[in-house]
Amino acid sequence: MSRPEDTLPPDLFYNDTEALKYTTSSRIQAIQSSMTHRCLELLSLPGPSLILDIGCGSGLSGEILDSYNHTWIGMDISPSMLGVALDRETTGDLLLADMGQGIPFRAGSFDAAVSVSAVQWLCNAETSDVTPQGRLSRFFEGLYASIKRGGKAVLQFYPKNDAQRQMITAAAVKAGFGAGMLEDDPGTKNAKLYLVLTVGSGGDLSGRDIT
Amino acid sequence: MKILTTNYLACAVKTCKSEPAAFPLHFKDAELAREELELNPEFIKNVLPRIDWPALAQTAAELGFTTLPSQKPENLDEQTMKDLHTLLMETQVMEGKLVCGNCGYEYNIKEGIANFLLPNHLV
Ligand SMILES: [Zn+2]
Repeated sequence: MSRPEDTLPPDLFYNDTEALKYTTSSRIQAIQSSMTHRCLELLSLPGPSLILDIGCGSGLSGEILDSYNHTWIGMDISPSMLGVALDRETTGDLLLADMGQGIPFRAGSFDAAVSVSAVQWLCNAETSDVTPQGRLSRFFEGLYASIKRGGKAVLQFYPKNDAQRQMITAAAVKAGFGAGMLEDDPGTKNAKLYLVLTVGSGGDLSGRDIT
Repeated sequence: MKILTTNYLACAVKTCKSEPAAFPLHFKDAELAREELELNPEFIKNVLPRIDWPALAQTAAELGFTTLPSQKPENLDEQTMKDLHTLLMETQVMEGKLVCGNCGYEYNIKEGIANFLLPNHLV
């Protein structure tokens, strides 16, 4: 199967048909759900929190966040995905936005951030006036500022290769995050990579510290 | 879009970073709706310290809510909690625009979703 990242930009790839296919696939739902649970476990939030969901898509992760009594705000670049989220009557607020353009929230807004299967898209540059490096640094700098001191972000993503994995983690560290990498089922086809990021001191790093 | 969210949103245009006039964004032609949600007191208590009260008062006034206390409440009695829940969580802007007070950029809101996609030269 080809990687969607290699075919079209996300706003075009996730058209109405793909968005619905993605959302109604029980296999994708189950994987998405278990990864969101894992993100929450790694965040270990003390109570109902305000969470940014980056690449929220049709709100599959948001449903899990709801079930824990959290309030979430989701960003996604695909109008079709957000359309499905509307139809599914998710409770989170939705924003049509490109994470590579930054995070349009004031400093210290969120308790935490989660992202499931999205940030590898930052390594794509769709037009000649943007670069993956520029998009990555705008994203991580914006994310760093928007999370409160002592807060955390857990980003599950699918790097295409080691170089991409390095590029993404390096951009996070450069933006000021403390960073750890955790891999579930390493070496198998179910391997899942989680970048665990902390803002300021006092955060508890899970996995291997890479800073 | 919940009023809560508008208290955290800032203009995304590059030249508006750390410009005081770029927050809060101002509503234009806002159509409101109310969606009943279960009261979550722990959540309200958690976010209250991070609510920018002067900005919230300004937003509320622009939308026609004039009963908001002028100061952030120190103690949340039952009524204050309910009022805050109604304003922050249940009141939604479904259609309209959010306008930056610094650069004038207008973010469209359709079906409750604000469009924050910018042309690349503004990022
Ligand atoms: Zn502006």
